[in-house]
Amino acid sequence: MSFVEGLRCRECARAYPAEALHVCDFCFGPLEAVYDYERIAASVTRESIAAGPHTIWRYAALLPADGRAPVDLGAGFTPLVRADRLAAELGLGELWIKNDTVNPTGSFKDRVVSVALTKAQELGFKVAACASTGNLANAVGAHAAHAGMKSFVFIPHDLEAGKVVMTAIYGGNVIAVNGNYDDVNRLCAELASEQPTWAFVNVNVRPYYAEGSKTLAFEVAEQLGWQTPDHVIVPIASGSQLTKVHKGFQELHKVGLLDDEPHVRISGAQAIGCSPVATAFKEGTDVVRPVKPDTIAKSLAIGNPADGPYAVEAARQTGGVIEAVSDGEVVEGIKLLARTEGIFAETAGGVTIATLVRLANAGIVHRDERVVAMITGHGLKTIEAVAPTSKPTATIAPTLDAFAEVLFQIEGN
Amino acid sequence: MPVTVRIPTQLRTLTGGSGEVSVVGSTVGEVLKGLDAAHPGFGERLFADDGSLRRFVNVFVADEDVRFLQGLETPVPDSQTVSIVPAVAGG
Repeated sequence: MSFVEGLRCRECARAYPAEALHVCDFCFGPLEAVYDYERIAASVTRESIAAGPHTIWRYAALLPADGRAPVDLGAGFTPLVRADRLAAELGLGELWIKNDTVNPTGSFKDRVVSVALTKAQELGFKVAACASTGNLANAVGAHAAHAGMKSFVFIPHDLEAGKVVMTAIYGGNVIAVNGNYDDVNRLCAELASEQPTWAFVNVNVRPYYAEGSKTLAFEVAEQLGWQTPDHVIVPIASGSQLTKVHKGFQELHKVGLLDDEPHVRISGAQAIGCSPVATAFKEGTDVVRPVKPDTIAKSLAIGNPADGPYAVEAARQTGGVIEAVSDGEVVEGIKLLARTEGIFAETAGGVTIATLVRLANAGIVHRDERVVAMITGHGLKTIEAVAPTSKPTATIAPTLDAFAEVLFQIEGN
Repeated sequence: MPVTVRIPTQLRTLTGGSGEVSVVGSTVGEVLKGLDAAHPGFGERLFADDGSLRRFVNVFVADEDVRFLQGLETPVPDSQTVSIVPAVAGG
């Protein structure tokens, strides 16, 4: 059952019913789910969670949907991998990778979509829709197919080939828009008014959708034996994931699942070609000025990030920072993670690792901290970024002599 | 000359349910003031106390965010469309 009491405006605190609403009628602020934490505390224990499914739905009590009949392809409960070899390269101590590349459609978006479409079905919607930079498109296409819902997925026209194919394959409607993500998002924000019978996962059901990202924090804490890390590095597109990871750790303490109040530094990662949140952080303001994105990290290329001000606030409050890295660093970050830990991340993961490298070099991530880096999407989705520099070591004739020659070149002697 | 203003669901209670209204004005600021005069209530919903647009309100002229143009001073040519769009979406 759901413990949601309703929705509340994060800006002016006006209350709304738990329906398909995302914006305060009065001040346009974002609406957020409000829970009865006392009842949740009385109903969940570490043991009851451990006995639950190996998906995000083990935390159903802390999610804004009933959860008895979830739209579930198995999102979540992904591995938390100890990354000693990467830590050694960066001069860090205890480092973990939250490997969200292994979700059903290869990114953390399966978490948020599973929650969004579960709630959408509870509200009676038959059509799923979204504005997407690609990963969300994949997740909506797949989950809508699994739930037997019609889907309309809106994407920028210039997405990576893998992300387009991996959306279209599920048989829904894929609409490529001549514009960037912000154009697509604006179109969908307007369309949501014209198509009120469609559940736009990141527009009219956004308050439910966004809550799915809390499960990243829940899992990290549970996988660390119900302890929290000291520092988490999270990629920033809209800023929603970062703010919800912060909220997730706080909630675990509120409902009695953590012994101590968490003090987790939350740091954010952006690409320089689209870094409005990092810029606001560095300038000491919470006014996030929109930009026109130009980066290979297309899944993070939101020039007008809805939760940007809240991401800045979370980083500041927790003693984290928000850093931006170049596209060259992104490619190096992808390769570094793959080479040291055997995990192939998409460009957003490259942004996260490159940011971790910068913060480690600057002494902002400390050697004595327990650090978790959120790797939120699979490298096969953005193969274009590394294809030019990831090729066979050699191409040879099928003869022993040919291989001997190559081996000599590789290893000498 | 009149311009068309597109109204999001959240504000249609102020326009009697209409998703588009016609207003006279030559800049974004004038258009939005004209909107408040014709349909009282828009002013307090769109503007903060200091007269700037609220931070979760986006305004577009011909599909371009006015923050990339000249903000409230952005000229609005005849028969152009101004869209008011909630900022909280996406990602």
